[in-house]
Amino acid sequence: MPFFSPLPMAFSSIVIFLMMAVLALALQNRQTFLVNMAFFLSTVSCGIGLYAGFEAVASGSQQTMIMPIGLPDLPFYIRVDALSGFFLSLVCLIGLFVSIYSFDYVKGIISTRSATKLVVFYCLFMAGMLLVLISDDAYFFLSSWELMALSSFFLVSFEDESAKNRRAAFLYILIAHIGAVMILLSFGILAGFAAGFENFMGYRFSAMRSAELSTLWASIAFFLAFFGFASKAGVIPLHVWLPEAHPAAPSNISALMSAVMLKIAVYGILRVCMDIIGIQLWWWGGVVLTIGLITAVMGILYALMQVDIKRVLAYSSVEHVGIITVGIGLSMIFTYFKLGTLAALALTAALYHSLSHSVFKSLLFMAAGSILHATGERNMERLGGLIHKMPWTSAMFLVGALSIAAMPPFSGFASEWLTFQAFLLSPVLPNPLLKLLFPLGAALLALTAALSARCFVKVFAVTFLGSARQASATEPHEVGISMRLAMSLAAVSSLALGLFPSFVIDWIDTVPQSLVGGRIASSAGAFGWMWLTPISAERASYSGPIVFIGILAALAVAWLAFHVKKAATRRSAPWDCGFEKMTPRMQYNSTSFAMPLRRIFGFLFIVRESVRTSRAQPGAAPRIRYSLRIEDRLWYVFYKPFSDAAFYLAKQANRLQHGRVQIYLLYSFITLITLLVFA
Amino acid sequence: MTNPSNSIIIESLQVATVIFLAPLFTGWVRMLKCWAQARTSAGIVQPYRDIYKLFFKEVVLAENASWIFRFTPYMVFGATVMAGAIIPVISTRAPLSATADIIALVAIFALARFFSALAGMDAGTAFGGMGSSREMMVASLAEPAMLMSVFTISLVNRSTSLSQMTHVIVNSPIILRPSLAFELLAFTLIAIAETGRIPVDNPATHLELTMIHEAMCLEFSGRHLALIEWAKEIKLFLFASLGIALFAPWGMATGEALPSLIISYITLAAKLAVIGVAIVLIETRLAKMRIFRVPEFLGSAFLLATLGMLSYFMLE
Repeated sequence: MPFFSPLPMAFSSIVIFLMMAVLALALQNRQTFLVNMAFFLSTVSCGIGLYAGFEAVASGSQQTMIMPIGLPDLPFYIRVDALSGFFLSLVCLIGLFVSIYSFDYVKGIISTRSATKLVVFYCLFMAGMLLVLISDDAYFFLSSWELMALSSFFLVSFEDESAKNRRAAFLYILIAHIGAVMILLSFGILAGFAAGFENFMGYRFSAMRSAELSTLWASIAFFLAFFGFASKAGVIPLHVWLPEAHPAAPSNISALMSAVMLKIAVYGILRVCMDIIGIQLWWWGGVVLTIGLITAVMGILYALMQVDIKRVLAYSSVEHVGIITVGIGLSMIFTYFKLGTLAALALTAALYHSLSHSVFKSLLFMAAGSILHATGERNMERLGGLIHKMPWTSAMFLVGALSIAAMPPFSGFASEWLTFQAFLLSPVLPNPLLKLLFPLGAALLALTAALSARCFVKVFAVTFLGSARQASATEPHEVGISMRLAMSLAAVSSLALGLFPSFVIDWIDTVPQSLVGGRIASSAGAFGWMWLTPISAERASYSGPIVFIGILAALAVAWLAFHVKKAATRRSAPWDCGFEKMTPRMQYNSTSFAMPLRRIFGFLFIVRESVRTSRAQPGAAPRIRYSLRIEDRLWYVFYKPFSDAAFYLAKQANRLQHGRVQIYLLYSFITLITLLVFA
Repeated sequence: MTNPSNSIIIESLQVATVIFLAPLFTGWVRMLKCWAQARTSAGIVQPYRDIYKLFFKEVVLAENASWIFRFTPYMVFGATVMAGAIIPVISTRAPLSATADIIALVAIFALARFFSALAGMDAGTAFGGMGSSREMMVASLAEPAMLMSVFTISLVNRSTSLSQMTHVIVNSPIILRPSLAFELLAFTLIAIAETGRIPVDNPATHLELTMIHEAMCLEFSGRHLALIEWAKEIKLFLFASLGIALFAPWGMATGEALPSLIISYITLAAKLAVIGVAIVLIETRLAKMRIFRVPEFLGSAFLLATLGMLSYFMLE
């Protein structure tokens, strides 16, 4: 195997991360050097990984290797193919941005606390994610999966002096392990049927692929795997940990978790549910599609209700995972009905959305991190007018907001447009029920896109526009060069992904080819790089470059024709209805902006709103206190009963505990007797 | 294939038509409305005079307005003109029509709205925020209904490309399709909401509590206001043309021959005149509804669009 081929390159990238994790412990006392060195190596390593992934997808071939470590007779199997190559390049691309960003960001942290823990677990986290992607057997896969979950647990609890962060980390690790158990059980079923329950040899993915399962067992394995991975992806109702854990971590880690780790779960769904198990029943795809739609709509509605900028971003990740799941569900249904091209279109839409979501979500989290870095504030209700203080960050955030709101010509639009096209082609399906239900799904997706636009108008406007709602302790300032560079790279990528989708589709074409047996690049790029025509030119076409140039040209002509005129411009106070005492607190804020939607969709949440008026003394102006609490209804349906039951059981079990040695000896005695009787 | 120089001529003609005739359509609607309400009208060319006057007025910017505020009028104008290059207005073979299908068209309008809403929040007043918030609410409810209606029309024509859809209808015999009748109703309701006409919004009001679009644009003045107003007039013209292109494109030129283009202009003028009468009838007969009745209004648009789709699957 030549060294400059995907597998050895991916492997060396992982080795660099693991080495750095060990090295970091030795460099504890030289924090600045540690940070510079760690993130320099991380940048290099991500570059290598990016090349590996790119090559693996472009060549479409696969490389395998067996590593004789692990348990006796159970070596680790390694494999890089187009699907893992795609996710490798996604992880490394975002890793590259985040590494560059971290130079300055982490230096802001070392003034107050040691960054050693952050660096060590960052490296382990990256290595864990990459290992998941190259593993080719259940044992290695789950070990890597745990490495990823545990290292990210320590990153979430990095600022562990706050009880809120500790709780977030606990919730995260709890749900991550429920998910891991489900994945383990699913692998158990598959491996058992593969080896006929005789030995452990069914643990290889290649053995599992050839396992013969009855429909019932296949369904059980499918849904165990799906929900196991879905819990990591934040699919509703398994999303509750996500909006707690992602904001709790330092912002560079939040960017990685939201942009990349969720995609590893998406990879898991594709690998296990579609590649290993395969689609045997059409309603599997239907369930996946429905759950995806619910996740998308609920995710964005939750996001709209938030006032913490990082929580908004976290909930919007839930929404986008929903959109990706919708694409996967569509692809599963089309695969079942042997519509190869359409399955490829839907899968390409899902992959493309994964990629574009990674880029713009990492951009937005990095920008949110910059705001936090500059102002020390995450609550939008206390921000405002930052566009004057942080021009660069605000421009980058605007690009991210336009992308996430699916505005042409940015990346979010290109990928959501593909998803819509996949929906619109559904009438060829032979199943009448699906024919009728698909359009409703498309309408829900349109609702999601529109609400997403609304949400990010709110976030950008409340944070950056208007004037500051509260005097901050320190004067906000623009952030350091490495942070600005990383954000700019992400912003340029986001625009490029929106402008030239046919290049990317051509590149990832090997993935749908190997997974669903169809391809779309030949039709999608039939009219050259400027045009995107998923099925045919008569059906639908979109040209990002022309739309971009067209808008720019019209804009420029309007500017030249009307702006250069010598008409006077002057500044004056805004219209205040004659009150003359406008304060920044009278501006619309996040809560008031979302009010119409609280009224329309409030029934989906538990909204507690109260207004209390009190007078300090008779005749004085009344003091008005407004309070608003929005709670998650699903928490009370899916979680509260279980946590209550767990506490109840623990309390009952507590009765056995007395702290007296005699009683414990009695317990041992009874156990022995019981065992002797039944043995 | 078509001759490239002809394509450029057709496209320029179309864009010029959209930009320069849009105020005339608004003038027509306003004039009819005055007549219907027994008022004296200012004449059909009054919108041109308004725009001309505004271009020479001083621009007053709010104290903490940022570049977003100054950039928005140009952005809104640019995006609206781009939309005007895409919708087939005088010929079914508008060359730029292929750059964006109907879904992308909706997104281009959304782009203009995104910036308007930002500009509304930029001045830091309660009004602007109120306008932005309400405008985005109406838009987020209109979009699913719009997509549902698009879905059915694309089922009938087997395409989402505007030029292709129009072409199919022009070249097929006139048949009354129940699905398209439902979609026409749904589309009308959506167009009313999208262009901010009564009963959803009142373009003539400056009463604080009832404004939606106007509240958002309250701080604009001078040439900025001129561009925003002009873009709004183009948008009204475009939604009328979009309705014509999707539901009644007969008479529209299918090539570049001069005689067919002349017929195309005449039929377009006649159709727009009729649409103007319809708008005036609706606006004179109905009162503006409460803002929180708008979800019901757009909900019914969604239901109508769904019924249209069901009738397509059942009857056609």
